[in-house]
Amino acid sequence: MDATRRLARAAAPFLRRVGTIVVALWGASVLVFTVLNVLPGSPAQVILGTQATPQAVRQLTAQLGLNKSLLRQYVDWVGGLLHGSLGVSYISHLGIGAQIAQALSVTGPLVLFALVIGLAIGLPLGFIGAVRHGRFSGSLIGGLSQIGMAVPTVVAGLLLVIILTVKFHVFPTSGFPGWSDPLQALRSLVLPAFSLGLVEGAILSRYVRASILEQLRSDYLRTARSKGLRVGQALRRHGIRNAAIPLVTVVGLELASLIVGAIVVENVFALPGLGLLLLDSVNNRDLLTVQDIAMLVATAVLVINLVVDVSYHLLDPRLKGQS
Amino acid sequence: MPLLRVRDLTVTGGPLTLVRDVNFDVNAGERVGLIGESGSGKSLTSLAIMGLLGEGLSARGEVSLDGENLLSASERRRCEIRGNRMAMVFQEPMSALNPTRRIGDQVGETLRIHQGLSRRAARTAAVELLRRVEFADPERYVRMYPHELSGGQRQRVMIASALSCDPEVILADEPTTALDVTVQRRVLDLLDRLVDETGCALLLIAHDLAVVSEVCDRVVTMYGGRVVESGSVAQIIDEPRHPYTRALLATSTALSVAETSSGANLPSIPGSVPSAGHFPQGCPFRDRCDRRVDACVEMPPTEVHGTRSLACWNPVDDSELVHEEAP
Amino acid sequence: MTEIGSAPLTGDTMVGGDDVIEDARASLWRRWLRNPSALIGGIIVVLVVASAVISLVWTPYNPLAVDPSHALSGPSLRHLLGTDEYGRDVFSRLMASSQVALFVGFLSVLIATVVGIPAGLLAAERRGATGQVVLRLADILYGFPALLAAVVLAAAFGASKTTVVLAIGISYIPVFVRVTRSNALVVLNSEYVLAARAYGRRPLAIMRRHVIPNILTTIIAQMSLLFSLAVLAETALDFLGLGTAAPAASWGTMLQSSQNYLGNDPLLTVWPSVAIVLCVLGFSLLGDGISELRDVRSSR
Repeated sequence: MDATRRLARAAAPFLRRVGTIVVALWGASVLVFTVLNVLPGSPAQVILGTQATPQAVRQLTAQLGLNKSLLRQYVDWVGGLLHGSLGVSYISHLGIGAQIAQALSVTGPLVLFALVIGLAIGLPLGFIGAVRHGRFSGSLIGGLSQIGMAVPTVVAGLLLVIILTVKFHVFPTSGFPGWSDPLQALRSLVLPAFSLGLVEGAILSRYVRASILEQLRSDYLRTARSKGLRVGQALRRHGIRNAAIPLVTVVGLELASLIVGAIVVENVFALPGLGLLLLDSVNNRDLLTVQDIAMLVATAVLVINLVVDVSYHLLDPRLKGQS
Repeated sequence: MPLLRVRDLTVTGGPLTLVRDVNFDVNAGERVGLIGESGSGKSLTSLAIMGLLGEGLSARGEVSLDGENLLSASERRRCEIRGNRMAMVFQEPMSALNPTRRIGDQVGETLRIHQGLSRRAARTAAVELLRRVEFADPERYVRMYPHELSGGQRQRVMIASALSCDPEVILADEPTTALDVTVQRRVLDLLDRLVDETGCALLLIAHDLAVVSEVCDRVVTMYGGRVVESGSVAQIIDEPRHPYTRALLATSTALSVAETSSGANLPSIPGSVPSAGHFPQGCPFRDRCDRRVDACVEMPPTEVHGTRSLACWNPVDDSELVHEEAP
Repeated sequence: MTEIGSAPLTGDTMVGGDDVIEDARASLWRRWLRNPSALIGGIIVVLVVASAVISLVWTPYNPLAVDPSHALSGPSLRHLLGTDEYGRDVFSRLMASSQVALFVGFLSVLIATVVGIPAGLLAAERRGATGQVVLRLADILYGFPALLAAVVLAAAFGASKTTVVLAIGISYIPVFVRVTRSNALVVLNSEYVLAARAYGRRPLAIMRRHVIPNILTTIIAQMSLLFSLAVLAETALDFLGLGTAAPAASWGTMLQSSQNYLGNDPLLTVWPSVAIVLCVLGFSLLGDGISELRDVRSSR
C-alpha cells in the first residue's frame, strides 16, 4: 500500500507532463490544420489546373474528401494519425506514411550521425576549454566555438563541399544511393552530417565548458579536494555527473534543432529525406503531406522536450518527487 | 617543534597582496582561534594552509606540518596529507556538500581515499561517524541527500567527514556562521567535544571573539591580511593591546549588552573594511584607528614578548584597559 | 549573521543623486569598452547597421543591375568583390542584403517581444489558471521551430518575406515567455516586492517599478541573441526559396545561386558566408556582452 502510494507520488509529475504534452500536441494539430485549411481556394483546382471543368474539380474534391465540413476533415485527419494512417497524397497518390518512412530512413541516420559528430566535437572541446580556462588554448577554443555558433548550416555545408569535394574530390556532392550499398550510403551522409555536427558541436562545447567551469568553481569540488582528491579525480567523482544534468537539456535541444537543421542540409545535398519531401510538398501544394510532416516534427520536438524534462528529474536527486 | 608552523605566508592574486607575512604556530592538540572581520584574510590563510586556493591565487612562504614544508611539496604528497592528517570544515555546509551524492558516500569518501576502504566498508564506517556527531538514526541518514538535511545536520556531516581519518589538525572556517542561531551552540559544543576526545589540534576561524574565547587556548588576530596580535585567550580577552583587537572585543561583548539596552548606540568599529588590496600603506588599520600616530604610516614590526606578539606603534596599555571597563 | 564592524547605513551613502547616476553611466561605458564581447559585438553591429543604412541611399552599383558582359568577373578595382552570374556587383548586393537581414531580425524580434513579454509577465503574476493557460499556449508554439513554422506558413500563404518574419517571430514567442516569466518570478518573490505588496501597491505598478527595470537587461541580452538566431533562420529560409524572392538580394538567395558555381567561382559562396557569420557573430557577442555586464553589476 505504502509502496504503491510512493510510486504514485513519484509518477505524478511524470504523468502531469505527459498530460501537458498531449494538450500541446492537440493544440499543435489544430494550429497546423487551421493554418493550412483556412485559405479559400480548392486544392483540386490547383491540382487539375485552371483548364479543368468545374465538374472535374467537384469530382476530385469529393474524391479527396474535401467537400466535407472542416471539422469533419479535422476529425478524420487526427483520427487517421492516431491509427497510424497518414492518408494519401493528393499529388503523387502515394501513401504519405510510406513516403515518410522512406524519407526517415535517410533523415534518421543523418540526424544520429550528426549528433555523434556534435558530441565528439563538443564534449572534449568544452572539457579542454574549461580545464584550460584563462590560458591561451582555452581562449582559442572559446573564440572558435563562438564563431562556429555563428555559421549557418547552409554555409558549413557549402564550404565543406568547396573544400572537400571540389578541391579534393573526397566525397560525393549530392544525392543518395540508397541503403542497398551501406558503405556508399554512409559516404554520402558524411558531408551533410558534418555540416550539421560541426555547428552543433560548437554550440555544445560552450555549454559543456560553462558547465564544467561551474563544477570546477563549486564549493563541493573544493570539499572533495580537501579530502585528498586531486583536481582530476575530484572532477571525475563529483563534477561529471553534476555537469551532465544541465547537459541533458542541451543535448535534447540539440537533437531537436538537428531534426530541423536536416531540412536545410538535405536540400543542400539533395538527400531524399524528410526535409526534401517537405519542401517538394510545399512547392507542389501537397498540403496533406505538409500537414503530416509538420505534425511529425512538432511531435518529435515536444516529445524530446518531455524526455529531457523527465530525465532531468531522474538525474537530480533534489528534484525527485517534486513538480 | 610545533605541529603546524606558518612562516611569512603571503597570498597574492595578480597584482594584489591579500595575505602578507603571516606567522603563527599550532602545537599538537592545541586550539588556536583566528579572528578578524571578513576581508581580513583569515579564510585565505586557511585555504593556503590546505593548498586549496582558488584560481589565480598563489601562496609563498612556509606552511610546515611536522617539519615538512607543504608549500614546496608535490601535489601528490599534498593529496596524501589532505583529509588524512589535515582536514577542513567549510563555512557553507549546503554548497560544500555535493547535492547529487548520498550523505554516506560523502562521509565515507575520505576513508576510501586514504585507507582504501571498499564502498560497503565505507558505508558502515559512515554510519559510525554519523553516530559520533550525534545523529540519532544514522542508518537512515547515510542514504539521504544533502538537501534533505537541515543546516546544522549538514555541518555535523562535514565535521564527521573531517574527523574520519583521525587528522592531526582540523581547520574550521567559520563553521557556525551560516547556521541558525539556535543550532550554532550545539555545533560548536560538538566540535569542542570531538576535538577534546580525539586530541587533534584545531584552527578555528571566526569573527566573533566570544566563540573563540570559549573553545580556544590561543588567539591570533588578523587585519588587512596581516597578523596584528596574538596571545593566550586570557591575555587577549583581559588585556588586548592592539586597538583593533580591543575594538573587536568591544563590539563582541556589546552585542549582548545592546539587546538589553535601548540599542540606540550599537557600538561598531568606525569605518568599514576596505576591499582586498585597498588597505592603506603602513599599518592597515590606521584609517579606522582612534590611536593612530604619525609612525603608523610605516608598518609596525611584530614584537614578540613570551607567548604574545603585537604589531602596533601605539598599543593600548593596562591603565586604559581598567578605565575602559569601568562604566 | 551580521558581521561586526560593517559600516552602519548612514545618510551619507544616499546623497549624491545625479552625480552617482552620471558616474554609473560613465562606468558602464568604461566597462563596455573593457568587455571584449560587448566591444567587438557592438562594433560589428554598428558596421552592419551602417552598411544597411548607407545601402538605402547609395551602393557602388545598383544591386539589381544586370551586366552580362561582366558576368562572373573576379574581384577587381571596378568590382571590389567581383560580380555574379548576371554581372551584378557582389559588394552592392551584400550591402543591400544587410537591409533584409536587419528588417527580418528586427520585426521578428519585435513580434516575439511584443507578445512574449506581456504573456510572460502575466504568467508570472497570475500563477493560477491564467498562468497555466499562457504556458500551455507557449508549449504549443514550442513545437514549431522557426524553420518548420516558416514551411507551414509558406505552404498556406505562399512564401514571402512576411511569412518569414511571422514564422521567426512566432517561434521565438515561447522563448520570451519563459525568460520573462522565470526572471520576473525571481523579482516577484523578493522581499522588496513583498514589502511593496504589503504597502498595497497594485500589480501593474509593481511590474512597472520593480519587475521591468530588474529584468530589462536580461531581456535586451536575449533580444540581441535571438536577433542573431533570426538572421540564421532567415538565411536558411531564403536559401530554401521560402523567403526573399529573386532577383532581390539577400545573403540566403546569394548563397542559393552561388551553389551552381562552387567549383569555378567559390568566392561567390564565400562573400555572403562571411557577411552572415559576421552579422550573427556581432549580435550574439553583443548579447553575451550585455549579460556579462549585468552579471558584473549584480555581483558588485
